[in-house]
Amino acid sequence: MVLSAPARVRHRQHPPRARRRVLYAGLSVPAILWLAVFFLVPFYAVLSVAGGQIDGIRGTPIPEWNPLIWSRASYHAVFQEFSGTGAFLGPLVLRTVEYVGAASLLSLLIGYPAAYYVSRFATKRKGLLLGLLLAPFWVSYMMRMLAWIGLLQTDGYVNRILIDLHLTSHPVTWLGGKASTVVLGLVYGYVPYLILVLYAGLDRIDSSLLEAGRDLGLGRVRTFLFVTLPLSRQTIITGLLVTVLPMLGDYFTNVMLSGATNTSMVGNAIQGQLQSTTLQTQGAALSLLMLGVLAIPMLYYVVATNRASQAAA
Amino acid sequence: MITATTSAPARRRLLRNPWRRPVFLEGFTWLYIAWSLLPIGLAVLFSFNNGRSQSVWQGFSMRWYTGDPLQSVLHDPTLHAAIAQTLKLALFTTVIAVPLGVAFAIGVDRWRSRPAEAANFVMVFSFVIPELIFGVALFFVFNTMFTSVHLGTLAETIGLVTWNLSWPAIIVRARLVSIGRQYEEAAADLGATRLQAIRRVLLPMLAPAIFASAVLVFSGVIDDFVLVNLLSSTSKTEPMSVLIYSNTHGGNGGPALNALATLMLLFSFVVAIIGFVGYRLMTRGERTSTDESLATFAGM
Repeated sequence: MVLSAPARVRHRQHPPRARRRVLYAGLSVPAILWLAVFFLVPFYAVLSVAGGQIDGIRGTPIPEWNPLIWSRASYHAVFQEFSGTGAFLGPLVLRTVEYVGAASLLSLLIGYPAAYYVSRFATKRKGLLLGLLLAPFWVSYMMRMLAWIGLLQTDGYVNRILIDLHLTSHPVTWLGGKASTVVLGLVYGYVPYLILVLYAGLDRIDSSLLEAGRDLGLGRVRTFLFVTLPLSRQTIITGLLVTVLPMLGDYFTNVMLSGATNTSMVGNAIQGQLQSTTLQTQGAALSLLMLGVLAIPMLYYVVATNRASQAAA
Repeated sequence: MITATTSAPARRRLLRNPWRRPVFLEGFTWLYIAWSLLPIGLAVLFSFNNGRSQSVWQGFSMRWYTGDPLQSVLHDPTLHAAIAQTLKLALFTTVIAVPLGVAFAIGVDRWRSRPAEAANFVMVFSFVIPELIFGVALFFVFNTMFTSVHLGTLAETIGLVTWNLSWPAIIVRARLVSIGRQYEEAAADLGATRLQAIRRVLLPMLAPAIFASAVLVFSGVIDDFVLVNLLSSTSKTEPMSVLIYSNTHGGNGGPALNALATLMLLFSFVVAIIGFVGYRLMTRGERTSTDESLATFAGM
């Protein structure tokens, strides 16, 4: 009798599971509906445009809403641009992979040491350093590109310094079709995001593990190689995903810093196809193909972050 | 000879000292910081240049802010329109996305069911999808399906809300996980209904996370480019980032753009500082360090 009293009280005060569920489900329903209508439905629309046709007279796309009779013509059109004479997509994809590969590797080489230093060694000035590392995050991307456009002008500071150091005799045309400029732009644009992820991951490494490495006689370099680096593998992968995925869809860095067709990337092709209504079905098909290829790394990211948040719980 | 033989072991000992300062790493980090911030500093500087050049200093002037009767930020109506559009979009998006995302986070975290997991999956997916691919999808849905939504402010707002919804959802959810359920249960034991427990116990505890996510959404909209570029229709609905982009491609767009970008920068920093200080005040009672608060603001 004595024991059952609190049990009864609890029973009265906690509403039944089903009712609690209704409340929580109700809280999440608005956002779920929003996502369904404005995130999932739009992809159905892209599929319908890609599976539809172009109006012969007006030149605008006519979407096909019935999935059963989606045409594959626009995907064929895209595939034909991959190889053969006059195909423009093949080289574009190759170039995109090259630029993004080079840019993300450089970002890692620049970002890792900085994130490592701030997370491990900056004791007194950690707040200041972290603030400075995060500062670019608060500066608009366009402004950061604008800054480099100023520096890279024919009579800009970069050329003047190069001439003063006798590294070049006449000014280099940096803006207007230079691969290295585009890669630099990508690195400059995306490295803060990478540093953020790397810092968060490196900061979470238990320092007693590093001390254990030291106590067992490892030097600083070998502690890094055998303890820190393996422990930060997951962070590196996540960080690279966070930078590589948006870089692959980037078209503005290219337009701002080059604007020439010889440095175009896949993003530029998609964006260009949207501009002309007759090419819109192809643009839809190309962006879907891109999504298909990127779905694997994206899913990996979702699963990995899920696992990490479950581990934290 | 003698100095060489004595200095070699000494040098080795110096190299072995595990507590020595990592001079190379430190220098490298400062070099990186200089590289990342100096160009921005110069761009700000040249917005005060008394001339069109982006590379030759011709003296200090406020010409591009207020002086020039046609091209200064003060007098050029297209620049005004861009600033107004940016602020409008940032405000609309924050006001819609934050409540939606917070309710979603609470609901999904406490609901724990298959539909909740599926919804959360879609939410995280929307976080990592390249913005261009999502932008293309929205472009087509507004052009072919929801044709009553014309490209322009409404389309931009819908796109930005969807794109930024994951900030409050993810940040608030992370906070919920660390809070646990015991506070709500205690409130329920003391006689509160579930809704009361959420409103009077959970929401105050979540306030810093909600605030941080609002600041992130707001600044994310100010910085956004791809969606607004694809979904804006006329020059009237182009925010600052699109204006800078469309006036610069591959060349000098004029220092008025630098002035505009500087104002945008100033604005972002004000938002960041308000956010940071506000967050510190809200978490006063807790033992959070400066860098932890900074980290929250970066969305970590």
